[in-house]
Amino acid sequence: MSTMYEVLPGPEHFLPPAAASMGVRLPDPGQAHIHGKIVNEDEAMEVAARQFLSAKVPTIFPGPLVLWAWNEKAAKKATAIRHLYETIKESVTPSQQAMLIPMPDYRPKYPKINPEIEINPNHPNLTIWHNKIDACMFVGVHCHQANLSLKIIRGGTYCYTMAMCAQAGHEDAMVSFRDATADKIMRLADWVKKLKGSVAPPKD
Amino acid sequence: MSKERIKIAPEMFDIMPSEYQDLVDRATYGKEGRGWKDIGTSKELIEEHSLCAGCPESMAFRYILASLPAPEDTVMVGSTGCTSLVFPHVGVHNIHSLFGNQNAIASGLKRALSVRFPGQVKDVVVLAGDGATVDIGLDMTLQAWFRQEKFTTICFDNELYANTGGQESGLMQKGFVAKMAPVGKTFEKVKLPEIARESGCHYVVNCTVSKPNLVEKVIKNAIHVAREIGPTYLQLYTPCILEIGKNSMEGLQEMRDSEKPTERFAYKEYVSDEAKELLTELAAKEKERKAAAKKQLAEKQLAGKA
Repeated sequence: MSTMYEVLPGPEHFLPPAAASMGVRLPDPGQAHIHGKIVNEDEAMEVAARQFLSAKVPTIFPGPLVLWAWNEKAAKKATAIRHLYETIKESVTPSQQAMLIPMPDYRPKYPKINPEIEINPNHPNLTIWHNKIDACMFVGVHCHQANLSLKIIRGGTYCYTMAMCAQAGHEDAMVSFRDATADKIMRLADWVKKLKGSVAPPKD
Repeated sequence: MSKERIKIAPEMFDIMPSEYQDLVDRATYGKEGRGWKDIGTSKELIEEHSLCAGCPESMAFRYILASLPAPEDTVMVGSTGCTSLVFPHVGVHNIHSLFGNQNAIASGLKRALSVRFPGQVKDVVVLAGDGATVDIGLDMTLQAWFRQEKFTTICFDNELYANTGGQESGLMQKGFVAKMAPVGKTFEKVKLPEIARESGCHYVVNCTVSKPNLVEKVIKNAIHVAREIGPTYLQLYTPCILEIGKNSMEGLQEMRDSEKPTERFAYKEYVSDEAKELLTELAAKEKERKAAAKKQLAEKQLAGKA
């Protein structure tokens, strides 16, 4: 029997362990991880696409690195993310509700955020709960804030988390890509299109 | 210019909360002659804050942020206190230092910015309470002035440690009894404006924030002098209405009462000869700019009629 720690949807309750401390390691270039297991990137693309297509509320959370057009690469990624969102929206059934909710910055907002229109890394669970989000992908969020969000979500919700990371990936996501580019995001959109109609929609 | 970077990716514009859209479309980054009169007609660089209702510090924050000459090229350094509750809601780069070491942080930051962006204007502004400036951080405050570091230090003087319950501070007035200082202050309020002058500050002002035009003037002067000549210091009275037993509506009157000629916040200003020369030069340029803008407007109106 394997004793490997698996990064699975929660709720894992307060203070879920950092997956890295449980032995989960980051993928090498060209790889990704699923629940902590290193796989090739295409395998993870398929799993991510299936998650989007089978979720009641598949959601993308773009962060400041792609929301703000601070360089050409960021602007291209924003275009790709919008394309991914539109593809998911077109590919799901009317009973599913695709969402694109920004994480504009990381400041602790007082008295509280409006969970309908934004997500904040200090209490991401509020947005997940409010919109009943069951699968999400973070993209363009700085490493520390993404880790914080992923752990809080795993601790307090049943949401399936994915990370499209521009650096080395996130152990605390259930699926994580690394070295994200606009092309890689477009490839994921292609996977969603390819699997459209072949994934069973969620049961009510 | 860095303000060119402050734009939202077009594909993401519609999903951004309105305060960010406003910040890009209606804020005054890069506006020549920006000032307190922009308040109410443009997006302010401060979002909802968590200060008490009627807190004079919130007024001060609004006037200061409206008056920064180049907010897109300014980094503010804060310290522990009520101000640190506001900084997360401010649309200007800012750093939270350890309690008291704000002027040391600002010294390193200013030097680093000069190396990283040679030939560009990068303003550093310290904004801290009286505990951080005069008690816990006095060493760092003074050493920065001795070294002639080119940044502005602003002290929000509320004459006690407010958000920890009202303990005695060096800037508290003699005889004052606070919740956590029941015996009453036994020595005089530290004369930091005078100490600043003797320590090498080129522009020093002691006043309240009751008059927004005055706050705008001293902020701009202090930042321009710091940019070109050397350290500057502003001591602004921002009374803590809770700790002195006032109501929300009484903050403004408290400041007005405290700035009378015989009171401790009567307007006091020191300007070095070098700074005087610079400010005269800047005032002349500003006059020219306003005259040119007026002429341009008149010509436009004339063309419109024709």
